[in-house]
Amino acid sequence: MDWRRKHVLGLSDFRPEEIEFVVDTARSMEEVLTRDIKKVPALRGKTVVNLFFEPSTRTRTSFEIAGKRLSADVVNFSSSVSSQSKGETLLDTARNIEAMRPSILVIRHNASGAVQFLSRHLSCSIINAGDGSNEHPTQALLDLYTILKSKGKVAGLKIAIVGDILHSRVARSNLHCLGKLGATLWLCGPATLLPREMARTGATLTNDIREAVRDADVVIMLRIQLERQKSAYFPSIREYSLKYGLNKDIFALAKEDAVIMHPGPINRGVEISNDLADCSRSLILDQVNSGVAVRMALLYLLAGGAQ
Amino acid sequence: MMLIQGGRIIDPASGRDEVGHLVLKDGMVEGVLQGDPPAGFDGRIVDAGGKWVVPGLVDMHVHLRDPGYEWKEDIRTGTAAAAAGGFASVACMANTQPVNDSPEVTKYILEKARREGSADVFPVAAVSRGLEGKEMTDFAEVAEAGAVAFSDDGKYIANPLLMRRAMEYARPFGFPILVHSEDRDLTAGGAANEGWTAIRMGIPGAPGAAEEVAIARDILIARQTGGRLHLQHISTKMGVELLRMAKKAGLSVTGETAPHYFTLTDAALEGYDTNAKMNPPLRGEEDRMAILEGLRDGTIDAIASDHAPHDAFVKECEFAAAANGIIGLQTSLTLTLGLAEGGKIAPSRIVELLSAAPARILSLRGKGTLARGADADVAVIDPAAEWEFRAQDVRSKSKNSPFLGWKLRGRAVLTVCRGFVRHSTIEGVEADA
Repeated sequence: MDWRRKHVLGLSDFRPEEIEFVVDTARSMEEVLTRDIKKVPALRGKTVVNLFFEPSTRTRTSFEIAGKRLSADVVNFSSSVSSQSKGETLLDTARNIEAMRPSILVIRHNASGAVQFLSRHLSCSIINAGDGSNEHPTQALLDLYTILKSKGKVAGLKIAIVGDILHSRVARSNLHCLGKLGATLWLCGPATLLPREMARTGATLTNDIREAVRDADVVIMLRIQLERQKSAYFPSIREYSLKYGLNKDIFALAKEDAVIMHPGPINRGVEISNDLADCSRSLILDQVNSGVAVRMALLYLLAGGAQ
Repeated sequence: MMLIQGGRIIDPASGRDEVGHLVLKDGMVEGVLQGDPPAGFDGRIVDAGGKWVVPGLVDMHVHLRDPGYEWKEDIRTGTAAAAAGGFASVACMANTQPVNDSPEVTKYILEKARREGSADVFPVAAVSRGLEGKEMTDFAEVAEAGAVAFSDDGKYIANPLLMRRAMEYARPFGFPILVHSEDRDLTAGGAANEGWTAIRMGIPGAPGAAEEVAIARDILIARQTGGRLHLQHISTKMGVELLRMAKKAGLSVTGETAPHYFTLTDAALEGYDTNAKMNPPLRGEEDRMAILEGLRDGTIDAIASDHAPHDAFVKECEFAAAANGIIGLQTSLTLTLGLAEGGKIAPSRIVELLSAAPARILSLRGKGTLARGADADVAVIDPAAEWEFRAQDVRSKSKNSPFLGWKLRGRAVLTVCRGFVRHSTIEGVEADA
């Protein structure tokens, strides 16, 4: 496979074989992670900057570990959007960081399209670590990696994504990623958070979590932002949890070997019941584990590792 | 004295559409001559063979950014862009700094336009003091200073009681209230049309209903008060339909749309192009088709550019943070001429939309017509000219246009304002100093 991408901005324009190539590369990275000395020199002398304009612990740490396992120098730069409003524009901040000559910028921002925008103005490679409600490609790739590890395939699986679809970049990237590989996708949430236009993705839409979970192979629960209730998207956390939360009774409708996933951080007792979050069918921690290998693969490929 | 000879003279206000020779004298239209061009004419002669000779165009909705935001645009550059686009008259909105809610600002605009302008400028003053939506501007006093209409453009008058009072108070003066129809509670921070494109791209959506609810409310207030209502930049299908209903009911309601609403859809947002970001937002194809139908059947009275210059700084940023609006004075005519192709809309109707109709809505005397005694405002249009809109052609200080790089057809080759040539690409015809 000939890897020509300079950036990973989103999965909407990824071809299925590119996605599979990333997964294959991640597998070889995972092998590294099982060694006693979990470090290879592939990115020695290269600098990876985590440029995060939105709070994140797991994604940023995951990229940091991934970079370090590849011997890159990893630097974290966190900036709140509020400090931006005090003067420096996003572009100015990014240009300042770029002037320090990083090889790869890993960027998270709360505005959809912010990472695409920066890619037009900067010359280094960029990985999107989440832009607004648009895409979170590394999350979708690690979700895919986790599903493949558990199920061996994606094509033909019924995969339900439940929660705040409207605002979810994880849902959008997963729709691109899993859809291209032939999964049968179901989207579920309250009508206010599940736009009818989403049917154009080819997914089946439902406002009934039972319908979404019934006979599913994989159930991906999304984090509900508690602030959404204040904007009147749903009446109360209690009602949300009752109607759109995953509990034992509802999960019993899924296939016997069905698995539960969640991009985290979870709201225990809201979108997922306490017992289910920790049960043997929950792959939530496997996802975190896959994240390092997948991000190593992307850093490696963007740094020219495949050539 | 000027003779514009051999062109197709289209003057919808007087029902004229025929080849002839237009004579201008002392800043006014002298008349139209038929037959052979007059021999021994003592003055400037412009050959307009194969061209359209129409009233100097009128754009009833522009932002000149002067006073206060002169780095984006000023009266000199804004009117130069107008003249380059065939416009001899523009009505400028009140959201300057300071806001035009006083005789002083109105006079400043008029005086600067008189000194430096390439087109006539008609100030539109704010409905509410400081555009704050609380108390009314001194309508009569500002109108005496020269304001031709009132508008809180850019902001919706959220308080229906203020809207009611404004329409009622304005009624005896006869000037219209121009409204930016947008229920902001419904827009809820939306930055693009709520539809598949915005949902796919994760951009918060502004529903068409935010415009439609506002239009419906103001039509009902117009009915209650008998005031004159003008709907600015209509962008939705139901917005057109509501205007149609209001007209059928005999209400004093008019409406405009902008060329981008019948030329583009929200598909133009691809790649988070901030030059496709405006308010109201670009809508879907169904809306675009309804706008075209509204223009064709006469529901929509006028086309106005909503020329909104912005410096690169507020456009070169993440989509959600980018400023709304695009420049339009140099593309309004050419995009509207596109409607004539395939006979969709007759040339005389196109000219009316861009001249007679806005002049009538704003009661601009001597504008929008080539009748004898009218101001000597003329645009000569080459409907077949092929050209590309390039950044170096932009006369505005700002270059925020989604049409840069477009191959276009039809343009103004001559613009005359009060007898002075303000724009010319005709060989041998120089613009006046």
